[in-house]
Amino acid sequence: MTTEPTEIRSPGPPYDDLASRFDSAEFEVSHGQVVVRVPREDLVGFVDAAKVAGFRMFIDLCGVDYLDRDPRFEVVVNLLSLEPPRRIRILVGVPGDDPTAPSITGVFPGADFYERETFDLFGIEFEGHPDLTRILLPDDWVGFPLRKDAPIGSVPVQFKGSNKVS
Amino acid sequence: MSKPPDSVTGDTEAPPPGAEQAPPESPGDQGKAKRRVVHDLWLSGTEAPVDTGRFTDEGAQEMLLEEEAAVLAGQRGTLVVDDYAAGVEPSTEQTQIVNMGPQHPATHGVLRLQVELDGETIRRVKPIIGYLHTGMERTGETLTFMQGPTNVTRMDYLSPFHNELAFSLAVERLLGLEIPPRAQAIRVLMTELNRVASHLLWAATTGLDLGALSMMIYGWREREAVLAFFEKTTGLRMNHNYIRPGGVAADLPDGWEEDVAAIEETVLAGLADYEGLLMENPIFIERTHGVGVITPEECLAYGVTGPLARASGIDFDLRKAFPYSGIEQYEFDVPTTEHGDVYDRFIVRFEEIRQSLRIARQVAETMPLGDYRSEDRKVTPPPRARLDQSMEALIHHFKIFTEGFKVPAGEVYEAVESPRGELGMYLVSSGGAKPWRLHVRGPSFANVQALPVMLTGSLIADTISALASVDPVMGDVDR
Amino acid sequence: MTSFLEGLFANTFWSAAIKVVAAFALLVANTLILVWFERRVVAFMQNRIGPNRAGPFGILQTLADGLKLFFKEQITPRKVELGIYLMAPMAAMVPAFLIFLVIPFGAPITIGETTVTLQGTDLNVGLLFILAMSSLAVYSIVLAGWSSGSKYPLLGGVRATAQMISYEAAMGLAIVPVVVLAAVTLGEGGVGAMSLARIVELQQGSFRWLIPGWFVFWLLPSFLIFFVSAVAETNRAPFDLVEAESEIVGGYHTEYSGIRFALFFLAEYVNMFNVSAIAVTLFLGGWLGPDLGLPSGLAWVMPIFWFFLKTYALLFVFVWLRATLPRLRYDQLMSFGWKVMIPLSIGWLVLFSVVMALNTFGWPFDVPEWFPWA
Repeated sequence: MTTEPTEIRSPGPPYDDLASRFDSAEFEVSHGQVVVRVPREDLVGFVDAAKVAGFRMFIDLCGVDYLDRDPRFEVVVNLLSLEPPRRIRILVGVPGDDPTAPSITGVFPGADFYERETFDLFGIEFEGHPDLTRILLPDDWVGFPLRKDAPIGSVPVQFKGSNKVS
Repeated sequence: MSKPPDSVTGDTEAPPPGAEQAPPESPGDQGKAKRRVVHDLWLSGTEAPVDTGRFTDEGAQEMLLEEEAAVLAGQRGTLVVDDYAAGVEPSTEQTQIVNMGPQHPATHGVLRLQVELDGETIRRVKPIIGYLHTGMERTGETLTFMQGPTNVTRMDYLSPFHNELAFSLAVERLLGLEIPPRAQAIRVLMTELNRVASHLLWAATTGLDLGALSMMIYGWREREAVLAFFEKTTGLRMNHNYIRPGGVAADLPDGWEEDVAAIEETVLAGLADYEGLLMENPIFIERTHGVGVITPEECLAYGVTGPLARASGIDFDLRKAFPYSGIEQYEFDVPTTEHGDVYDRFIVRFEEIRQSLRIARQVAETMPLGDYRSEDRKVTPPPRARLDQSMEALIHHFKIFTEGFKVPAGEVYEAVESPRGELGMYLVSSGGAKPWRLHVRGPSFANVQALPVMLTGSLIADTISALASVDPVMGDVDR
Repeated sequence: MTSFLEGLFANTFWSAAIKVVAAFALLVANTLILVWFERRVVAFMQNRIGPNRAGPFGILQTLADGLKLFFKEQITPRKVELGIYLMAPMAAMVPAFLIFLVIPFGAPITIGETTVTLQGTDLNVGLLFILAMSSLAVYSIVLAGWSSGSKYPLLGGVRATAQMISYEAAMGLAIVPVVVLAAVTLGEGGVGAMSLARIVELQQGSFRWLIPGWFVFWLLPSFLIFFVSAVAETNRAPFDLVEAESEIVGGYHTEYSGIRFALFFLAEYVNMFNVSAIAVTLFLGGWLGPDLGLPSGLAWVMPIFWFFLKTYALLFVFVWLRATLPRLRYDQLMSFGWKVMIPLSIGWLVLFSVVMALNTFGWPFDVPEWFPWA
């Protein structure tokens, strides 16, 4: 029933240029969607090149915790080309013992909130982000709740200022 | 006004007084987030800070004083350099920082805007979110694919059908499941009517924020007709859990064609009223022309989608670019305007209501016969009558409602055009009955992020109209 | 009995005391009805029902709300300037009630030998008194905003200062043609042209054919300018920026609660009633109207009826505006006040004065028959 991901170098015209410029980038088509795996150090350069190649709209950035896989984390960046309508999904592996990734806010300012959210929920730090603070959780929250090893259900609810010095 | 207390000093290097009271430090956990000494305002009873000796990130998300803010460009909305943003100059006048929200009457939920004001002119804006965060992405990982729509439908509570549709499309793409044409047509009908309801509520609340009280009631009145139809079909006015992986939960009720026709008549009559009440009103035109402008370049850079982008002149609609649920069979236009101000957003949204009604009418005329959900018994439960006759049906029913159905491993991103923009679901399955990771790309999240771009340099009254025109749904922003 | 009443009103002190208490009671009772009236009218314009539970047609709803506010806790924030903070609501109310004292709301009643005017007192500078009192009203709002020690009230106070000062100028200028007209009609050097009772009396008679001799037919531009300024002066929609709840929460009364808030609320509605009453007195003939042949014992009812009918007709327009129009923005409000209203009223004043002067000293050419000012 499922379409197996097929390894291809050039999935189509808007992607050709990118594929030729980045040897380290592995293109594949997963369920009819173009996915590219990029090494961590190449992320900013690749996103920049993708913007030039026509993927001018920033859509999404999120993290995934695969726990047992190596590298443990993955940062997923979604970009969109308006004309012709094409998507590209950039996957970047981030090791669990060094959860950092380069920030793409220099290319797309809209990544600001998304990188803060990923930092907030996964603890992946984005180097070069201007204001990397928690965004959804309170400032004094301990831990990163979307990591797979974060306990759920057994933690007392943390409220801001609940452990006040009296 | 006096400046806020100087409570934002202190950084990671400086050893805090009484550091032994500090919570256990775990550098890997807290990272390089900004830190400061806790000044407890409750203890002191005044605004004069009392140093409690603790050492946390309290207040790290708040707007920083000018000399400390490394992110001023972001808060001034000048990260994208273009003609519009270039004119903003910092002034040396005395300014004050005002909190709008999270309990302000006009912030549509619990959005908090920290605004630095120079008189009534806005110098900087910082949206602070998270007050409605309920960890729905994590909740989604603990629910089966079968239960998933129940969860996601509560995110963007004004367009529940779109949430359910995006989730279902993602699951179905992972499954490689074909959906019967009638189910697809029902999905289109419900999502387009949902767009009508959402835009009507938006028009109502925006009218209220601009001071046009009657608009609020009128918008709700017409929306009520749509909601009544939703209730008739799904049993609920919102949070329907109607569109599910494999199809929809139930067939349309008897007489639904008349209902759709009645909705169209009611809403079109209402739209004519609104246009007379607002669009031709000189005060309204004055209040909305050239307010909250965002350029196409800024839309692209900040990921602003939907009616906002179309009002700025980006001719892009996911229903045309990446058609889903067979929406390409219906004729409709994508309205665009070129100014990108609040008035244009009114034009675009009102026209979208018309186009959605046009789609709904075409669906009503061409509704295919057939089943309203997939025949794949691994995904959709069998009809009740079959349970008494077939052992296999009983097994399927039991498996679906206890374990849920298993979805092949893989990752997929599916997006639909919600009333607020691109609503995407990034779904990772590890081959089990529950998602390994569910990420929601909420349109409001990106749109709220772009608020500094729209607001910097305008007046405080423009904040209200610009904010309202963005149509942020905090359930969607915070999830 | 009659002789007792007559004696009471013949005594200056008792007469004044009764009038003051009566005016106070009348205004408070009127506010109860006015709030209910507004809520019902807005409700009907918005396809709602509005308050209909307390009392017949819900008319006691305001009373219930008022009692609730009366018994609520009065929260005093920690950072207020206490003296001014407590004084401001009273400062809002006093000028509002004082203004009503100079407005005649009915024809004089004769009890025996004594004539009782339905008016607190007929000042010969009544108009100036009204302008002075309405200028005082701004202080309460500014002081309330400033003394609350909070940011939104401060913004509201600043807005109030600018708005009320700007529109007061237009309002004052719109009144001057009335004084000119009254003075010219009176002759005798125009003595008493600022007395409201005299102005009402001057509007007796007819303008043309069956049209009554109300000043509005001579001074329509003045009336319009006055009315628009009055809406702005009372901070009503679409000029309600001072308390724009979607922008600056509650404006100057954000930090007020309980009876103190109720006093602001009361003052706002009394002011609304006052400006409508002034407009009726100056332009719409005050209490004048046909007596419909009532018996002489009841004839005094009709002028009061006409006065309130006209006033409520204007109040209906207030409510109508609120249900229809969005709110103006601060800069638009100011530019409308200074660039439209004030030049218009000055231009009209000059034009009208020239016409009046020519009327008095003779026209250089023949004036046509229909010319209203001749």
